[in-house]
Amino acid sequence: MRIIVPAAIALLAAPASAVIRVDINSGIAQPLPIAVPGFVTAAPVATEAGTTAELGNKVAQVIANDLKSSGLFRPLDPAAYTTSVSVADVTAPQFASWRTVAAQALVTGTVSANPDGGITVGCYAYDVFSAAELARQGFVTTAAGWRRAAHKCADLVYSRLTGETGYFDSRIVYVSETGPKTRRIKRLAVMDQDGAGHRFLTSGQNLVLTPRFAPGQQTITYMSFEGNRPRVWLYTLGSGRQQAIGDFPNMSFAPRFSPDGASLVFSMSVGGNTDIYRMELATRRLTRLTTEPGIDTAPSYAPDGSRIVFESDRGGTQQLYVMNADGGGQQRISFGEGRHATPVWSPRGDLIAFTRLGGGRFSIGVMKPDGSGERLLTNAYQDEGPTWSPNGRVIMFFRSARGGKVDLWSVDLSGQNERAIPTPLEGSDPAWSPLLP
Amino acid sequence: MSQRPVLKRSLLLPGIAMLALGISACATKKKDLPPPPPATTAPVAPSSGSTSSNSVPPPATVGNANVPGSVADFVAQSGADHVLFGYDSYELDDEARAILGKQAEWLARYPNVRITVEGHADERGTREYNLALGDRRATAAKNFLAAQGVGPARMSTISYGKERPAVDGSDEAAWAQNRRAVTVVAVAG
Repeated sequence: MRIIVPAAIALLAAPASAVIRVDINSGIAQPLPIAVPGFVTAAPVATEAGTTAELGNKVAQVIANDLKSSGLFRPLDPAAYTTSVSVADVTAPQFASWRTVAAQALVTGTVSANPDGGITVGCYAYDVFSAAELARQGFVTTAAGWRRAAHKCADLVYSRLTGETGYFDSRIVYVSETGPKTRRIKRLAVMDQDGAGHRFLTSGQNLVLTPRFAPGQQTITYMSFEGNRPRVWLYTLGSGRQQAIGDFPNMSFAPRFSPDGASLVFSMSVGGNTDIYRMELATRRLTRLTTEPGIDTAPSYAPDGSRIVFESDRGGTQQLYVMNADGGGQQRISFGEGRHATPVWSPRGDLIAFTRLGGGRFSIGVMKPDGSGERLLTNAYQDEGPTWSPNGRVIMFFRSARGGKVDLWSVDLSGQNERAIPTPLEGSDPAWSPLLP
Repeated sequence: MSQRPVLKRSLLLPGIAMLALGISACATKKKDLPPPPPATTAPVAPSSGSTSSNSVPPPATVGNANVPGSVADFVAQSGADHVLFGYDSYELDDEARAILGKQAEWLARYPNVRITVEGHADERGTREYNLALGDRRATAAKNFLAAQGVGPARMSTISYGKERPAVDGSDEAAWAQNRRAVTVVAVAG
């Protein structure tokens, strides 16, 4: 699916004087009240995904849900306002009417059918009190692609109001779990960031763990116990092709892509000693990056590809280390209480998220790449395996209740807005994709 | 000495029924075992004098008889098919060494049997680390068996990390059962 912005509808550039602004850093005590009335259509036209009028309402619901999930916005209940929106109102809103319901921002728009069967979603955002236009953009897609157009509109609004890139037009790959713990069935699954479009990728016949997106998002690397040979595999989303990356005699696991997608880093265990290796995918050439005795695992690249953060118990307990991409300059960065594990470098490069174990509890935390500024965001029986939203503002992880279920959760970088991510079955090992192209 | 391991095994694998023949050496521990299966009269050679009953017997249950060289025999002779570890440890304690020693003796008697040593961890560790820890445990058990004369070519290892607990539970008793290395024998034929 492709989304393009045709010159015809794209931009009149929005005025630069945004009056309202959402401060993303301090955590939001008062989410911004925002109205997202159903998107309108000049004349309802049937599409393969419903009429344009129906799609207009659905698009608005998806946008409102995205904005609400961020914790930064409070979409008003459409039942609470009576303002009806005409096509003319989209470009000239009745600001006085929106002020009476205390909406501070307004997202409105249109859905229209295109001759090729596709649709165009026009997305407009306004500051209600200053009656100023904040943004407008058109998204052309197939009728079935209406959700992505809605996510892109939500990203536009989020970006204009917070000054940060959005993250709603993205996906999650994770491990869907079911059955007794002693005979757990695990399957790879993907879904949109908001849980829509859920799809299982593997049958559950083989135990699978730790799926991670390639930067191009069409490939996933993961670990599979296929044939009782625990190894790193690649899954191609378009074709469903599954392929082991090598015929190693030893267990290989904990894979991640390099930022350019050309290499994988992962761990391999040889005779009880676990080290980190890099494989160049084009040539399958293997380079060993760590040689210390002990467990070196969970490698994750910095977004510029120059360094790798990983965990090692070479000092006695699991702690975080950073090394150059060639394995040189290995240096411990975590010195706080407890153990530190499963580090993941933020896509912004400024922070490293990790799992902290201490006092019989697991937390998700962040620290700077030099180890300073350690901050714990959650605390529970078992919170594990962080993954970053594409804009580096939200962290998803999995939470295991003591003797109970395991589910996906997310939390803001501020430590606020902790929320469960619904999945059809139980879920673990989430990995967030970059923004979709 | 093998009493406690037998108990552990009965908790871990209640589905594998052991016949009275196989546990005769541990007769005093019968109360710890799963309910005895119905007598297996059919598969063994007919014995004299026992066929005069006028009632119709239920269909015979075919259990895993403790035939010498069988999996059940391996477990019975070794005391257990698994050894346990301390928290975040892969050190073999005296009890574990004793069990592995008996496993090695049994394996010496059946040189064509191949084994896979599975390493497992309890739930209180991160997923990746526990895979590596399970590998350490499997390797520790394998190395001990090798030192006792079991040919390395007969042995392979696999780690399941915290993915395949023996017991579903989040308390000390469950964790202790789950930190283990299991010797899985593959009897040819």
